[in-house]
Amino acid sequence: MLADKDRIFTNLYGFESAGLEAAKKRGNWDGTKAILERGVDAIIDTMKKSGLRGRGGAGFPTGLKWSFMPKEVKERPHYLVVNADESEPGTCKDRDILRHDPHTLVEGCLIASFAMRAHVAYIYVRGEFIREREALQRAVDEAYAAKLIGKDNIHGWDFDLYVHHGAGAYICGEETALLESLEGKKGQPRLKPPFPANMGLYGCPTTVNNVESIAVAPTILRRGAEWFAGIGRPNNTGTKVFCISGHVNQPCNVEEAMGIPLKELIEKHAGGVRGGWDNLLAIIPGGASVPLLPKSICDTVLMDFDSLKNVQSGLGTAAVIVMDKSTDVVKAIQRLAYFYKHESCGQCTPCREGTGWMWRVMTRMVKGNASVSEIDLLYEVTKQVEGHTICALGDAAAWPIQGLIRHFRPELERRIAEYRAVAKAAE
Amino acid sequence: MSVRRLHEVQPDSFAFSEANLARVQGWMAKYPEGRQRSAVIAALWIGQEQEGWVTKPMVEEVGKLLDMPFIRVLEVATFYTMFYLAPVGKHHLQVCTTTPCWLRGSDEVVKACKKHIHEKPHTVSADGQFSWEEMECLGACVNAPMMLIDKDPYEDLTGDKVAEIIEALRRGETPKTGSQIDRHTSEPVGGRTTLTTKEEV
Repeated sequence: MLADKDRIFTNLYGFESAGLEAAKKRGNWDGTKAILERGVDAIIDTMKKSGLRGRGGAGFPTGLKWSFMPKEVKERPHYLVVNADESEPGTCKDRDILRHDPHTLVEGCLIASFAMRAHVAYIYVRGEFIREREALQRAVDEAYAAKLIGKDNIHGWDFDLYVHHGAGAYICGEETALLESLEGKKGQPRLKPPFPANMGLYGCPTTVNNVESIAVAPTILRRGAEWFAGIGRPNNTGTKVFCISGHVNQPCNVEEAMGIPLKELIEKHAGGVRGGWDNLLAIIPGGASVPLLPKSICDTVLMDFDSLKNVQSGLGTAAVIVMDKSTDVVKAIQRLAYFYKHESCGQCTPCREGTGWMWRVMTRMVKGNASVSEIDLLYEVTKQVEGHTICALGDAAAWPIQGLIRHFRPELERRIAEYRAVAKAAE
Repeated sequence: MSVRRLHEVQPDSFAFSEANLARVQGWMAKYPEGRQRSAVIAALWIGQEQEGWVTKPMVEEVGKLLDMPFIRVLEVATFYTMFYLAPVGKHHLQVCTTTPCWLRGSDEVVKACKKHIHEKPHTVSADGQFSWEEMECLGACVNAPMMLIDKDPYEDLTGDKVAEIIEALRRGETPKTGSQIDRHTSEPVGGRTTLTTKEEV
């Protein structure tokens, strides 16, 4: 188990003040100037060596992403945009960073912006996080007042940080949709290329990072790449905030080492599965978008990018949604199908039409009002949606259903048989 | 996607109050010269806070203020689901019913809203005080089931608790926000398993 001294978010639960004085006591803003004085190359090098992979879901190496920004600032200014549009069902980690440890993020924004030669950063907070946004704004105001950021600040890098907000659209968590939204438009994803590092916000070089990716950066730079890389497993390094929800005795957020066994994570921190581990039916290990895993896999799987990929799922946002044996698993996935139907931006036909179609079929599957051949048809349609849309929402809508069919096909067939038997008896 | 249209019955006019106009201008100043339309969500949000919902004259006014065609503002107002396109109650309850909340009993929360507010969502209660709707994941999943009332989250709910909160608001009281059980925020119920050592940094 990760030791408390290796935890980055030491006020994750908000038992202490989120204010600047308390944050400084916890080690934030310590030697920030010295970190900047190491220079852009040294900072990016440390980030690369730490092995940090983006915490927003895709797991792209953060240091590498930073290095994609142009080496020189020409007529177009550079921007950092922080994605605090946390909306992946099951995920509530950034929320705790925003409201309880916001100075980790504010300091991270300064350092990351310096490393990418940006003088301005925007943090895009989802509309529903009203109190969280207020808490973040307080931290930003404090940092300005203490001259930690702003013009002529004590760190010697002019830097303006603005808090922006959305108004209820899951799709704005997709980085190019987020940029569109930030520009005052509907949040519909852009075709890539051009990638944001060339053409991002207002057509300028931009990097979009998740809250957690930015908020861990100052600690990594203070304690060194080796420290961070020494936690977890190769290619899956560092600490991670996990969100454990659903049928556990004590749902919670917790910062743990990457690669912790799923079973250990749940039993140590979440008080175990309701009714005991043997009462487990399935777990969605990384937020709604990743395929669920049956108990047999949950028994041994490790919680990191590569381990979960190897079992045809994913770490995603590390949001663990636990379902015990009392769960109507078809209904659970049908509800997610509704979610994706509701949140499709409507731009690409396979997603706009496909999410509605999949939801309608899933709704019939809950009752068993379908034919067995429709299970194959449904699977086939998920494959037609997956990979055929501008952004990954189409994939995200397809994967939970694919996971259900992969692991719970007998349950779907059972319901169909039962529904038919009842219908026949009624005749 | 869902179809969202402006309400059939619209007021004649809209104007930001002086204080709110200053707030909108504060938002406009956050963006580079010529990029003021970035403030469109904030402007509509502030307008909604003032009027209770997003009206057609408001959409027009925001367009004028940010130098945007009407249709561009309308697109934003109809795309983002937190903009209410019809009047809501004095208190609007947004109930999360996505899978993590559903697993922990959001059906009970919905049932309580139906009983104590109105059978139908998006419908103002007889006393004009309340309305409710189902929301997609509100991002407080380890405190499920939960809902947002106005600006505040209410977490770790039961049907009875929801009824109590509604009744308290009806009496003009301010019920406790956040977790409704013996819990600080997102830590495990019954005590922390981490962050228990006090160390000098």
